[in-house]
Amino acid sequence: MTAPLPNHLNSADALVLYGESFASRLLLGTSRYPSPQVLENAVQASNPAMITVSLRRQGSSTAEAHSGFWDLLKKMAVPVLPNTAGCHSPQEVIATAQMAREVFETNWIKLELIGDDYTLQPDTLRLVETAQTLIKDGFKVLPYCTEDLILCQRLVDVGCQAVMPWAAPIGTGQGPLNPYAMKLLRDRLKVPLLVDAGLGLPSHACSVMEWGFDGVLLNTAVALAEDPVVMAKAFAMAVDAGRAAYLSGAMKPQASAQASTPLVGTPFWHQS
Amino acid sequence: MRVIVNQVEYEVPNQSVISDVLSLIHAKQPYAVAVNMHFVPKTNHAKHPLNENDQIEVITPVTGG
Repeated sequence: MTAPLPNHLNSADALVLYGESFASRLLLGTSRYPSPQVLENAVQASNPAMITVSLRRQGSSTAEAHSGFWDLLKKMAVPVLPNTAGCHSPQEVIATAQMAREVFETNWIKLELIGDDYTLQPDTLRLVETAQTLIKDGFKVLPYCTEDLILCQRLVDVGCQAVMPWAAPIGTGQGPLNPYAMKLLRDRLKVPLLVDAGLGLPSHACSVMEWGFDGVLLNTAVALAEDPVVMAKAFAMAVDAGRAAYLSGAMKPQASAQASTPLVGTPFWHQS
Repeated sequence: MRVIVNQVEYEVPNQSVISDVLSLIHAKQPYAVAVNMHFVPKTNHAKHPLNENDQIEVITPVTGG
């Protein structure tokens, strides 16, 4: 028997991005799974708000290896979030986003503008102007960025209604490398914050949700698990647990021990 | 004239349009097209003239993170 969801996890606490509500706070990538069937099962197990997708040249080895992906997307019927992965210039990003809009018939775009191929660090100096151009073109932009407060604030200033700071470099699975900056970001910005990239364990996802982040986007941590389907479910549960913990208000840590069990009436106890 | 489609050179007649190139490479739906890094909507494929040395990208959905 399935227990009903507690109130803080029902539709009243939906993730709202650009005015659109999502029941789940997990966004899941679709790459690097052992097989399309495992991907489909992982999506079913975790019920993500959106799944990320991409574009590559027709006829390339990548595209040929994904020849059945379009049919699988239609079958899964989960909202898609196209990315601009691999783009190194604003012009590449804009053309890719516009192509994605036509192919996937969506205005959502995960803005990736890579500044360094080794770390996959975003090009923070050109990210803001690129986001602004896309927003003026009607896109709902979810920018992949660092946890830098000023960068995130500038993205909000140009119209981003949510931002997606990394926890660690893409695919590393290291978990949050700079909790101080991430908590500061949460404290300073009021827009939805989704952690994108660098999570490796459900406990990482749970932690950032406990800090008040609004959702997580991850791929490799699920896809490269020995059992991606079970790991997808584990991440979904961790995101829910972290959200519930955030909403319920955690106790403040104490410096000294405090007995949980009442002292008064303890047998054999007497005041010395 | 010479055009480059997904990094492969092709000789096409003068006054060719994008639709001609899509037929030439047997493009499979779904796809989208950019010429010289500018997106060209599908409504313009049959009337967008190509020029010598145009760089044409024909892309298709794949998995992504």
